[in-house]
Amino acid sequence: MAQKLYISTSPHVHGGDSIEKNMHWVITALLPAFIASVIIFGIGALIVTATSVLSCMLFEWLINRYLLKRSSSTLGDGSAIITGMLLAFNLPSNIPLYMVVMGSLVAIGIGKMAFGGLGNNPFNPALVGRVFLLVSFPSRMTSWPVPHQMLAYSDAVTAATPLGLMGYQNDSLPSYLDMFLGNTGGSLGETCALALLIGLVILLWRKVITWHIPVSILLTVAVLTGIMWLVNPVTYADPLTHLLSGGLMLGSIFMATDYVTSPMTKNGMVWYGIGIGFLTVIIRLFGSYPEGMSFAILIMNAVTPLINNWCKPKRFGLTEK
Amino acid sequence: MNTFTIGGVHPQANKLTEDRKTETAPLPVQAVFPLSQHIGAPAVPCVQKGDRVLVGTKIAEPGGFMSACIHSSVSGKVAKIDTIVDASGLRKPAVFIDVEGDEWEPSIDRSDRLVLQCNMSREEIVERIKACGIVGMGGACFPTHVKLCPPKDCAIDTLIVNAVECEPYLTADHRLMLECPDQIIIGIKIILKVLGIDRAVIGIEENKPDAIAVMRSKTSMVSGIEVMPLRMKYPQGGEKQLIEAVTGRQVPPPPALPANVGCVVQNVGTVYAIYEAVMKNKPLFERIVTVTGKSVKNPCNLKVRMGTPVSQLIEYAGGMPEDTGKLISGGPMMGRPLLDDTAPVVKGTSGLLMLPEKDAARKEERNCIRCAKCVSACPMGLEPYLLATVSQSQEWDVAEEGMIMSCIECGCCQTTCPSNRPLLDWVRLGKNRVGGIIRARNAKK
Repeated sequence: MAQKLYISTSPHVHGGDSIEKNMHWVITALLPAFIASVIIFGIGALIVTATSVLSCMLFEWLINRYLLKRSSSTLGDGSAIITGMLLAFNLPSNIPLYMVVMGSLVAIGIGKMAFGGLGNNPFNPALVGRVFLLVSFPSRMTSWPVPHQMLAYSDAVTAATPLGLMGYQNDSLPSYLDMFLGNTGGSLGETCALALLIGLVILLWRKVITWHIPVSILLTVAVLTGIMWLVNPVTYADPLTHLLSGGLMLGSIFMATDYVTSPMTKNGMVWYGIGIGFLTVIIRLFGSYPEGMSFAILIMNAVTPLINNWCKPKRFGLTEK
Repeated sequence: MNTFTIGGVHPQANKLTEDRKTETAPLPVQAVFPLSQHIGAPAVPCVQKGDRVLVGTKIAEPGGFMSACIHSSVSGKVAKIDTIVDASGLRKPAVFIDVEGDEWEPSIDRSDRLVLQCNMSREEIVERIKACGIVGMGGACFPTHVKLCPPKDCAIDTLIVNAVECEPYLTADHRLMLECPDQIIIGIKIILKVLGIDRAVIGIEENKPDAIAVMRSKTSMVSGIEVMPLRMKYPQGGEKQLIEAVTGRQVPPPPALPANVGCVVQNVGTVYAIYEAVMKNKPLFERIVTVTGKSVKNPCNLKVRMGTPVSQLIEYAGGMPEDTGKLISGGPMMGRPLLDDTAPVVKGTSGLLMLPEKDAARKEERNCIRCAKCVSACPMGLEPYLLATVSQSQEWDVAEEGMIMSCIECGCCQTTCPSNRPLLDWVRLGKNRVGGIIRARNAKK
């Protein structure tokens, strides 16, 4: 017998799934929202996204090479690209570039690499970067350009967003169709619900994520805001407006579903989703920030290890007591 | 269509040999019979060097209650009692027999005649099955006479015949159903008689429509035997998964047995062996082995005498392909890797798979990205990522609490893992240690 044989225990074959495949499908799923952002916010969206993605990749490479002194690059797994895209999607399209670069450094450096890289970070890196920018530069982070100024970047005219109007001028809210298509002010990747839902379909079709997290978040928000709206329709906006405004769609489809920072079991995912939905509604309706999605996800990220301890999968053959 | 409810994966079926009629493999020059071919105590040899044996002569007695006897598959002279590296990778005692001619024990009925009538009592049947050395032929090799005597306090109501063959590549059970359906039906009737029940279900995955059709036509006139097509999903051939797919009942965690939910499961190959033992007085000394692989020149199903070295089967199938990276006894999901081609065919050898190097090589292990795909894939509802981690850090109490002993080692978690983590390697290690701790604790009580 001439051949040398491998000796290792079963299983002897692998299904062929890989980190890269999953990440590449997430990037693909983000593309509709990216295209929509360029159509809606013009060149500003392109500049901010490109800067964010490139600086995220650069920082990951630098930290890997010079701080962690690892020989192999982790850029190939695509997670830095996703962090860059998601960070950009959470920024207004007229934000100064140095802020984007700072946000990328915090996202990759503190949010991810400080914990040891992909797989070890307790918080969603893009959100860490975003919240850092939000608390450091509150005014630049909350003045959103009016859509369709294709060639404007830092000189873009800004206006209030639907969430900013809520509670004050409910009658001047944009139409559902405009909100669904994204013709409103807001962070550059969050406004077009249609594009984000296409992304959701791609993620579900490729089995990158399951329905549990996005559906439980959206349902919780719909139910809670629906109750408030029924109680007082003058002060509180209707559930559909809530679902279509702010970062809810982007957060529940792409940020809350981040593998590393979300629970491991199906029932845990549902509780996590309910928690995010609940906190989002509380912050939106009663907090001083108009949008609460980022904070809600980060808080639930922190709870994830506890959820993993509490929510065990349904064991085979074990009847509930 | 029925299937089990928790987890499961869909590996590529690669049933290359499903249309190949079973051929008879040539006799070996020397046959080797390892003394532990079954779960439980190794058998004790009852022949000595120089003894002459016939085909079907008993060469080893059961070594305890949980054990089985072993018969020679060839006629000739006992060359030596020595050790050989078998499919477990360990050196184990074995009986070596030099083949001379092909002379059978006269008590064996070698005719093709179908024997329909069984006049033996239940006890006589069980005794015959034990004397013929029948063990489960799906791979676990559990002594069949033990399985047919379930604890008295369990009310058995269903016999499940495992014809799922969910392991990719393997087609031995599939061919058996196409070629010997009548014998299988009689075998089922014998087992029903032993168990004293009147309901049997043959579970077959839907990717074998011809086998489903054949078994349906044979059972249409027989009351009490039902053919149940099952939706394809690995590991449906796992005993617990099959019981759930067929009856909807879940066997509680160990130490509970299938009998606790009223079921006895027998592999279809075992059923055939029971027919031959009871009706033809033929001990278990040959079986169908699927010799296969994507680059194999002539993949085939072979009727092989036990003890034949696998090198001979490889030769029959056209030699080992150039690109072979792994030689596996069994299927790609749960089979055992062979060190070389000298290992003999034993009672549990359902297939011989030559896996190309590109499929066999493990990819580089990466960080766990906590994608939870292993949790979704686990058919026992466990958390493989957690069990692997705590086994690595030797937190045996956490592993036990995480029900590591429920793991059936199907490998779903590891084939699903996008980070190529050797999850099952670690879980196996953890199971081993936790099992030892539990046994030590029970011994103290």
